[in-house]
Amino acid sequence: MKKSDFTILVADDDPDYLYQTVFGLEKAGYKTVAAASQAEAEAVIARFRPSLAIFDLMMENDDSGFILCYRIKRKYPDVPVILATAVSHETGISFSLDTGSEKSWIRADVYLEKGIRPEQLDHEIMKLLKI
Amino acid sequence: MAVLKLLVIDDEPGIRSGVFRILNNFNVNYPFMDEDYTFDVTEAATGEEGIRILERDMPDIVLLDNKLPGIQGVDVLEFIRNRKYEIVVAMITSYASLDVALKAHRFGATDFIPKPFTPQELKSSIENITKQLYLRRITHRMNQEGKKIRYQFLSVLSHELKAPLNAVEGYLKMMQEKESGDSINDYATAIERSLQRISGMRNLIMDLLDFTKIRLERKDEKIEEVHLKEIAAGAIITVQPYAIQMEVNIKLTVKSDAVIMADPTDMEIIFNNLVSNSVKYNKRGGKAEIIIDSNENDVIVYFTDTGIGITESDKENLFNEFVRIKNEKTKNISGSGLGLSIVKKVIELYNGTITVDSLPEAGTTFTVRLPGKQTNNT
Repeated sequence: MKKSDFTILVADDDPDYLYQTVFGLEKAGYKTVAAASQAEAEAVIARFRPSLAIFDLMMENDDSGFILCYRIKRKYPDVPVILATAVSHETGISFSLDTGSEKSWIRADVYLEKGIRPEQLDHEIMKLLKI
Repeated sequence: MAVLKLLVIDDEPGIRSGVFRILNNFNVNYPFMDEDYTFDVTEAATGEEGIRILERDMPDIVLLDNKLPGIQGVDVLEFIRNRKYEIVVAMITSYASLDVALKAHRFGATDFIPKPFTPQELKSSIENITKQLYLRRITHRMNQEGKKIRYQFLSVLSHELKAPLNAVEGYLKMMQEKESGDSINDYATAIERSLQRISGMRNLIMDLLDFTKIRLERKDEKIEEVHLKEIAAGAIITVQPYAIQMEVNIKLTVKSDAVIMADPTDMEIIFNNLVSNSVKYNKRGGKAEIIIDSNENDVIVYFTDTGIGITESDKENLFNEFVRIKNEKTKNISGSGLGLSIVKKVIELYNGTITVDSLPEAGTTFTVRLPGKQTNNT
């Protein structure tokens, strides 16, 4: 399958980050659906199965990203999820998917800090989608 | 599958068997719970029996009737509290008088299930309690692992500071790679957005500087006589360009001239923030007014506007750090979420208070009281 066969859901309440991410993904060849809030993303998930989802962690709720991961994995267990955030680990709240206990309650496949290069994001997506 | 131990203490056998039947096949699942929770129900007909079972089984949840034959429900509650048992208690009672409710609440009951209840009412209460229990345990575990949530301020700050940097960096990279075309005109939006984000970040940094100023021990305080009407006039001048743009008319009313002993910089922080909010969250063509008044004890300043207002539920967190009311009307207004928390801290330095009255769509009034009015006898 080629990249244009995949539709990626991107949810972020930062309009610039949302725009840039969607821009980069479309440039790389993917189809995209953009959501500007947790609520919008939930509405998308309710009626549409994306090939992959990228969620921001903090939107209208501090844990919006976690909730979206949970919701999407409940409805579509096979859809890979990337959780992205600008919260850095040196501040004390750190999440990684390295330990079993964290992996069991953070239902994301990959955890990325924001500011990643578009090629790097593309690389992660290709791995998850096995392109 | 995790099992929570639940003890129901009630002298009515019908209630006990009802709870047993309803919760026997019930399970609770919320986001992040790695497994479903089910319930193992034990019964006690009296408070005395309940306490015996409590000590033996250490249940997670107790459903407690208040009106019991021997010792009363609130006595059981007090027992649990004195022993510092980590048990969530919900009162089930048909005698939910205000008195009992207050006492129960004071002794740490987390929930009230009025009798008679439907299976659904019981289930949703239990669902809530289970969520609380789960969150409490997660927090506990995180504390044990040294992941203290007291760093929340820093983490939110780091988020707020990094977000605009990421946005600007992203746009610059797009330009560097010429991703939207070869002409500078292809990047007009990117440039415009970058400038907006930088200006937002500047505001945040300015507020942060104010914030650290008041957080630090201040030895260089310059306490002097401050005429609040002068501070008010200064704040109006500062915000005037923005007010003209927004077509908001600002009025100053001095009912009684107020002079207080204070650091003028502190008073400027209070007035500048509140006056700028009354313009920022106003409607085009709206009004803002500062009213300075005083009585024998306090100086009272009202900051009134005819703006978009604040809903009752948003008022609760209004003065917390990094709280910004997010809705359709505020999404294009930039702010750091620090202004009001700074204002509150400064006012508290002077043992004053700030309160808010608001009606959505009609307007908001902030009332600032500063004690220790100094008249002209100094």
